[in-house]
Amino acid sequence: MRTLYISLISEYYKSRKTLAFWAAILLPVIICGLITFGFYNGRTEIIAAHNPPLMLWGKYSGAALGVMGLLIMPFYVIFMAFSVNNIEHKNDTWKMLFAQPLNKFAIYAAKYLYAVFLIFLCLFLFATLTFAFAHLLQLLVPEYNFNQYNPLDILINSYAKLFLSSLGILSIQFILSLLWGDFLKPMGIGFVGTIMGIIGANVGWKYAYLIPYSLPSLALRITKVKKSGNPLDIPVFTQEIWTSLIYAAILFIIGYFIVTKKSIK
Amino acid sequence: MGNYAIETVGLNFNFGNQTIVKDLSLQVPKGSIYGFLGPNGAGKTTTIKILLNLLKSPSDQVFIFGKEINSNRIAILKRVGALVEQPAIYGHLTGKENLINRCILLGIKKTKAAEMLALVGLTDAANKKASKYSLGMKQRLGIAQALISDPELLLLDEPTNGLDPNGIIEVRNLMIELATKHQKTILVSSHLLAEIERTATHVGIINKGQLLFQGTIDELHQLSKPMLEIEVNKIGNASAFIAKAGYEIVTQTDKKITVPFTSAQKSGELNTLLVQNGFTVSSLYQQRKDLENLFLDITKTN
Repeated sequence: MRTLYISLISEYYKSRKTLAFWAAILLPVIICGLITFGFYNGRTEIIAAHNPPLMLWGKYSGAALGVMGLLIMPFYVIFMAFSVNNIEHKNDTWKMLFAQPLNKFAIYAAKYLYAVFLIFLCLFLFATLTFAFAHLLQLLVPEYNFNQYNPLDILINSYAKLFLSSLGILSIQFILSLLWGDFLKPMGIGFVGTIMGIIGANVGWKYAYLIPYSLPSLALRITKVKKSGNPLDIPVFTQEIWTSLIYAAILFIIGYFIVTKKSIK
Repeated sequence: MGNYAIETVGLNFNFGNQTIVKDLSLQVPKGSIYGFLGPNGAGKTTTIKILLNLLKSPSDQVFIFGKEINSNRIAILKRVGALVEQPAIYGHLTGKENLINRCILLGIKKTKAAEMLALVGLTDAANKKASKYSLGMKQRLGIAQALISDPELLLLDEPTNGLDPNGIIEVRNLMIELATKHQKTILVSSHLLAEIERTATHVGIINKGQLLFQGTIDELHQLSKPMLEIEVNKIGNASAFIAKAGYEIVTQTDKKITVPFTSAQKSGELNTLLVQNGFTVSSLYQQRKDLENLFLDITKTN
């Protein structure tokens, strides 16, 4: 456990000055900031539409969730999996890492968990900033009715689903980035996978849930459908989430065997 | 086994069908500076990687401090510091941050980072990004990283690569100090014998994965038979005279004659003989085949 902890601290120490780390913070700040700016700028039209509080929250948070779930999320996950491994490929530091008196599994698990943490941090900030910026908007534009509904449950559920449904992609991309030091191979495969995922999810293919790349879209789609019903009844652990978690667990274990067999030439 | 810091027993290692290390039996005594010599591609780096368990060796072939490496990986690595090939440095971090990261991983005090920077003369460049370091500075930082945990055994793969003459002398002195004052065992690889000759107490020569020589520096010297070189006038006559007197002539050029050296007294006698018979001997000296040539000979015949 101690090895895992110090490896995690080291991962943070190494990455804290890189784009990968700051992307987890800047992405939600920029996207939520832009949406908030849009809602501030177009306030006259939006207020004129007389949306009930739930609808207003739906439109506002849906803007960020839609963009994230459909396109940015898979690419963001691909980029994170790449960055965490690339820091060692680029600097030729795998040999140094594995020559330390540390358990190999802990080194590997710390890398994986750090990528999971960066995704969690990003989505946590999305949820928090969506909530905070909406209340800021409410202060600036008192005609809005954000304060008449508490969307925390929906927000937490939606982002939790987005987070869990992305772990399958993360595990695949993590292995690809572990195997190859270049950007093009994992990115190319990830790109093709994402396109397949989007098509699979959009044509409503029965087995789309088996493509890990389609899981974020699928997970959010069900959330959206349920939103029109009772929004508090969103089940988190749906078929997509379980599929994603099973993919993540199996690929995580396979990844470890790849690491132990990896020859440091 | 107890006296060796490193012992390999008939070590074999292949990459696919290609044999990289063949029946290698290294014996590195504790407290020695072991020069691990061989031309490029001889298998030095592969051997060092095996000693660090970066490449998996067959069981019961590699022992560090008497312990089998595959079953004691962590315990062994705690006592080993290494610099393999190019130093492993994170370019986006400063020199100091690279060392602090190592402190985090090893669970040692971060103050050690500044200490190590001072030791390798990088204090002024401590806060400069490592990617902006020169090759020599990177090499020093790599050495600092290897030393930071105060290991008993140091594995240095061509540590003077890219260093200027001053840097080479500093690394050399540092190695001697570490071995003599701090009783460290150092295995240092190189393809230059001249460099090893000045520091090493023991030498192992490897070529094409096989160990061709292993022993102390003195034993290596003894391999080269000393010769007596004589510069004399009327070289043709002198040569005939020496041969007639019962000496074996090894080589003869238009300036000097070379005969095997047996003892100082015998050299003196030959000198007297030549002078008494009317030859002018302008110089007469004992010559050892230099180690560089010896090294080339050893690796060539393989």
